[in-house]
Parts: sequence; structure tokens; C-alpha cells
Amino acid sequence: MSAGFGRLLHAEWTKFRTVRGWLFGVAAAAAAVIGFGVLPGMSGSCHDHACRLPTGPDGTEVTDSFTFAHRSLTGDGSITARLASLTGILPPDPGDDQPQGEGPSHGPATPGQGRPGLVPWAKAGLIIRAGSAPGAGYAAVMLTGTQGVRMQHDYIHDVAGPAASADAPRWLRLTRTGDTVTGQTSADGSTWTQVATVRLPGLPATVEAGMFATSPQYTESTSEVFGLTGAGGGPTRATGSFDRIVAQGGWSAGTWQPDKIGGPDDAPRHGAVVDGDQVTITGSGDLAPAVSGAAGLGTTITQTLVGTFAGLIIVVVIATMFVTAEYGHGLMRTTMAANPRRGRILAAKTVVIGTVTFVTALASAATTVTVGRRVLEANGVYVHSVSALTQVRVIVGTAALLALASVLALALGVILRRSAAAVTTAVLGIVMPYLLAVSVLPATAGQWLLRVTPAAAFALQQSTLEYPQVINIYTPVNGYYPLPPWAGLAVLCAWTGLALGVAAALLRRRDA
Amino acid sequence: MRTALHAEWTKLRTSPATIWLLLAAVTLTAGVSAAAAATIPCKTAACLGDPAQISLTGVQLGQAVVVILAVLAVSGEHATGMIRTSLTAVPRRSTLLAAKAVAVTGVTMVTATVAVGTSVLAGRLLLPGSGYTAAHGFTPLSPTDGPTLRAAGGSMLYLCLIALLAVGVATVVRDTGASIGVMLALLYLVPIVTQALTDPDWKRHLQQATPTAGLAIQATRHLDTVAIPPWHGLAVLAAWAAGALLAAAVLIRTRDT
Repeated sequence: MSAGFGRLLHAEWTKFRTVRGWLFGVAAAAAAVIGFGVLPGMSGSCHDHACRLPTGPDGTEVTDSFTFAHRSLTGDGSITARLASLTGILPPDPGDDQPQGEGPSHGPATPGQGRPGLVPWAKAGLIIRAGSAPGAGYAAVMLTGTQGVRMQHDYIHDVAGPAASADAPRWLRLTRTGDTVTGQTSADGSTWTQVATVRLPGLPATVEAGMFATSPQYTESTSEVFGLTGAGGGPTRATGSFDRIVAQGGWSAGTWQPDKIGGPDDAPRHGAVVDGDQVTITGSGDLAPAVSGAAGLGTTITQTLVGTFAGLIIVVVIATMFVTAEYGHGLMRTTMAANPRRGRILAAKTVVIGTVTFVTALASAATTVTVGRRVLEANGVYVHSVSALTQVRVIVGTAALLALASVLALALGVILRRSAAAVTTAVLGIVMPYLLAVSVLPATAGQWLLRVTPAAAFALQQSTLEYPQVINIYTPVNGYYPLPPWAGLAVLCAWTGLALGVAAALLRRRDA
Repeated sequence: MRTALHAEWTKLRTSPATIWLLLAAVTLTAGVSAAAAATIPCKTAACLGDPAQISLTGVQLGQAVVVILAVLAVSGEHATGMIRTSLTAVPRRSTLLAAKAVAVTGVTMVTATVAVGTSVLAGRLLLPGSGYTAAHGFTPLSPTDGPTLRAAGGSMLYLCLIALLAVGVATVVRDTGASIGVMLALLYLVPIVTQALTDPDWKRHLQQATPTAGLAIQATRHLDTVAIPPWHGLAVLAAWAAGALLAAAVLIRTRDT
């Protein structure tokens, strides 16, 4: 960096810091980001660790709730069984003429009045599990409601097996050899197909193994309709009937022990009936990663950053005025007389506004995520834990989002030279796509907007993962974006780069 | 007052930005409305869509243009120093403010009539294609239908009140960029924050107490589930506009220019 550019930077920094309104604005942006994050607008009922989620072997928060009939298996061995039938009960039809606005509304659990049916990920099959403690490691081969035969292990892993209908009987086999578990399936009990072999590190010598059934929450989005966002749904249950059970290896003596792991204690919806060679299991819940939003529990740190929008509007106004005020007062002519190389003026302004915004946003986002999380928890809202790396990405990403938005606004200010046009274009270009996506537009159109407009960068704030094996309403309002974080950042970078390029070209060519 | 009004009308009429902004307001409002009417589906007789509301979706974008128009009519004079000339010519400052408010409202009303009329027409033509058909229990949009007339006429009033609120805010803030920032925050930030809240009470209070409560005037179905009844919502916006104009009247009298 030459001394000339250093002086230019210093000049631009002086212009910025000596306008009281702008400094006030930067402080207001920081206050807005933090203020909205700790707003007491959220409250929940998770006091005193009442709804702490178990964590799986790799530390992910998981849903671990199912019914099974098990015996102890020491050393290697296998279990084979025929799933004679898989049936289930769905919640009552959510009353088509009853609009369900105002956020998630999970109807009261009235399983007795449900209608027959299976959710796509209702599961029944064989399981080998490190123990009955919540979050214990496991491997399972299962038949699902509509997703065919699957082999799943340790909550987050899912391998597809052959397609199979839940209407036909299905043979399943699970074999333990050392710390690997192999799942097989067969349509007739004689021709077997291997689904997958998985490794469960640290699997103890003695494991609990047997048959299980579970069925996740039924979730239905009503958000495709104008102005009404929300989710309908309720608990479901699945019943699997097993027969022709063959257990080989070091199994404990005795009959299959019915047991229920996790979930609320309402006995009528769960149970395992052992009748000679026939075992019938009814379960409700899931063996899967825990998600936030409609189908899950609580919220994520993403929701604490809603103030980003307020900060964004303020930052955009300041960045635009950083240029348009010079045009308005004719100061631009002086600036250009002092620095004939106009591209460098733009560069210096970019560095100043970008740095000021980035540093301010970084500090306020870090404060919001840490303090906001504590405020939410004190209000009884369950906040999903995230890895340190994700937390850093969300905080730095928020700062990058605001800094890039400020540079985009600056470039628009140079291009349009009028506050009114530049502020409106910048705010509407970034905020409006998000607003339309979360309020008015059908889900697909909204996701498309969040892929191609500068608002794509909000993907940087996503803090939890989407799992195909968990049905949920993965929408921006619940903190799920259509693009991965870095792709979203790239989209905003591209828009900013384009605007800067046009601004530099126009600045060089036009009169001041 | 008549001469002041005539002067304001001349300023507005001869500003090169005005005609483009008015065209933009009509195009954006009708365009977004038509896009919404063409894309928001109604698949069953039990669908929750509100045809009038859908066909007036564009008002949510058109209001931004109205804001620019109203803000520029005030802050443009502050930026150029023209305000000093204006106040010399019309020494009673509240008269000047009133004249500006009336001129901006008049222009907005004409624009809103065209924009809303086009939107309703587009809805009438496009909504049946999206499933809002007689088979699903919908009649074509018609201004002779009471609730539809209320939604359409109310949307015009809504845009006028937004313009008045913007005149008030711009008179208080005086800077173009900052005024537009304040207005856009009021109009677009609140819905986003509201979406993020989980506490239903807070959510409802925010929906009831902020300027965008005025959009409730567009609801024609499921009136038992809305946060605020249609005319109450418009009254809330009217109160905001009155408050802003009052603050503007006090400040324009007491401040130097």
C-alpha cells in the first residue's frame, strides 16, 4: 500500500468519523443487532433443564424415543425376524376448514381419535444398541412408512436399502461381528440383500438387541398460503408385528423384555406384547437427529440474530450517505481534485465503510449470540447447541454479511448518486427478497429468491443442519436456507463485486 | 393556502423524478400483484387463500415508491436550500406543511387508484387460473362485492396514509437517506421481527401497534383469525400518520431551516 493510498484512507476515515450522525448510526446499528437479540419476545416452558435433549455418540443433539423388545447379546451374533405387518395411526385430519395461523400449533395429542396411516419415516425393525442410556450408540435395519428399507446408525447416518412397501411382509437380519454391524433384508426369507455394514466404535461386548418400532411427529406445512404461516401436526404411532424370530450367538436366556426409551410417559400409546414366537411393538417418537422448528423443539442461535435486519437498514443508509452526501454538497469535486485517480477514492471509501461495519457487526453479533442465548434460556426457550466452529461462522458470517451489504450500498450510491434511489435499491434488494420469501410467496418461489438475490447471504446465519430423514418445515423463518453458507456468501460477493465494478467504471467516465 | 397548494403542486409536477416514480409505483404494484395472483395456488376447496388480499400483494412493494415520492417532496427542498425560498414565500410554516401534505396525498391517491385498479383487474383475470374458481367456492373479484371494495378502497387509503406518514417523518428527519431508512424500517423491519417472535402475545401486539397494521384492510376471509380488524388496522396507521404530522408541525415551526 503506497503512502498516497494511506493518506487517502486517512482522509476518508476522517470524513466518516467527524459526521456525528453517522457515528450515532453505527452505534444504533450495533444496539439494534444486540437489542432485538435479547428482546423478551420469546418465552418457553423449558425451565430447570426440563427439556434437555440427549446427545448422540458424536455430540449431536438427538431424539431418542422408541419402544423395543430386547435381550442381551454378548460377543458376536445375529438376529433374524420377519416383519409381518407395519401399521400406524396419524393424528386426526387437521380440519380443512380451520385456518391455522400464528405459528406452530400442535394440536392436543388425541391418539385415540386418529386415522390409520403411516408417516414417511415411521420405523420398525431390528436394533443393536450399546445400552438403554439416552443417546447410546446403535445400528438398526428397518422398514419405513414410505422410504423403503433403511440401515441407520448413531442417529445421523442413514443408508437406503431396497425399496419396499410397508404393506408386504419383510425379512430383516442384523449381524454383529466385533464392532461392525451388518444389515440385510429379504422379501421371501431365502434371497438376502445386504443393506450396509457400519462400524460402531467402542461398542461394548454386551449389547441390547431386539426389535423396535417408533414413529415421528406428523408435520404439515400450511405456509404455502398467503399471510398464514404455521404448521399443523401431532404425534403418531407405528405398530410392527414380528414373527419367525431367530437369534444366534451369545444371547441371554429368557424372553424378549419390553421396554420404552425416552419420550413422554403415556403408556397407552406404547407397548410391546410378547406372545410366544410373535412380538408386537407399538412406538412413538424417533431415532434421529433433533431439529429445531416446527417438527422439533426450541430454537437456534440464528433466531437471536433477527436484529441483523435492523442493523442492515441503518448500515445501508450510512454507507449510501457516505457517497451521496459528497455529491449533494459538491464535496465530491474537491475530493476528486485532491485525488485525481478516482478508482482509489472508491477503494478507500470501500475499505473505510467495510472495516467500520465489519468490526462493529462482529462485536455486536458476538455479544448477541452469547448473551442472547442466555436470555432465551432464562426465558425457558430451549436453544440448540452448536459447535464452536459453527458459532464462529455464524458470528463472522453476520459481520461479513453486513460489511458486504454496506459496500454494496456504497457502490449503489456511486452509481445512482442520489440518496433516495440508492437507499431504496439497497434496502429493497437485500431485505425485500427475504421478507417476500418468509411472508407472501409460496415456498418454492421464496427459496428461488433466496438463491439468486443478495439476500442469499443470510444462509451464513444457518446454525443447524437439514436432515433428509427428518421431516420438518425447513424454511428461512425457521432458520433453514436453500443455499449452503459459503455459496450464499458467494452470491452476495458477486453482487457486491458487480456493483463495485460498475461504480468504478462510471466514476472514471462521468463528470462529478 | 390555495396559492401555497398551487405552488406545491407545481413543484411536484415539474420535478423530473415525479413522473418516473408514479410510473414505477403503478408498475411495481400491479406487477407484483399479478405475479402473486398467478403463482399462489389454491388446490382444494378448503384452501386458505384470500383472493382480494393476494391480488393486492403489490401494495407492499408499491408503498416503498410512495415513500420515496413523499420523502423527496420534503427533503429535496432541504438538500437544495429551496426550503428557505419556500418559507420566505409562505411564512406560515404549518401552511406550507399542510400544502405539501395535501399535494402529495392527492398525487398518491390518483396513483393508488390506477395501481390498485390494475391489480384487482389482474387478480380477476389471473386468480381463476391459480385455482380460485367456482369449483373451490370463489367468485371472480368484483368491485361490487362489499369486502373486495373495502380491501381495494382501503388499500388506496393505506397508500395515502403511508405518504402522509412519510411527509411527517421527512419533515422531522430532513435528510433524504435517513428518512427513507426510517420509513423502510417501519414498513419492512417490523414484519420480519414479528415473524421471528415465538411469543404469541408479543407477536399480536406488534402486529396491532405498528404502521403495517393498516394492511389488515386487505383481509376479506378468516377475519376471526387476523391480529386486528380491517378498519382498526387502518386507524392505527392513521394515528401514526397524525402523530408524525403533529411532530412535524411543531418542529417546522420551532426549528431553523
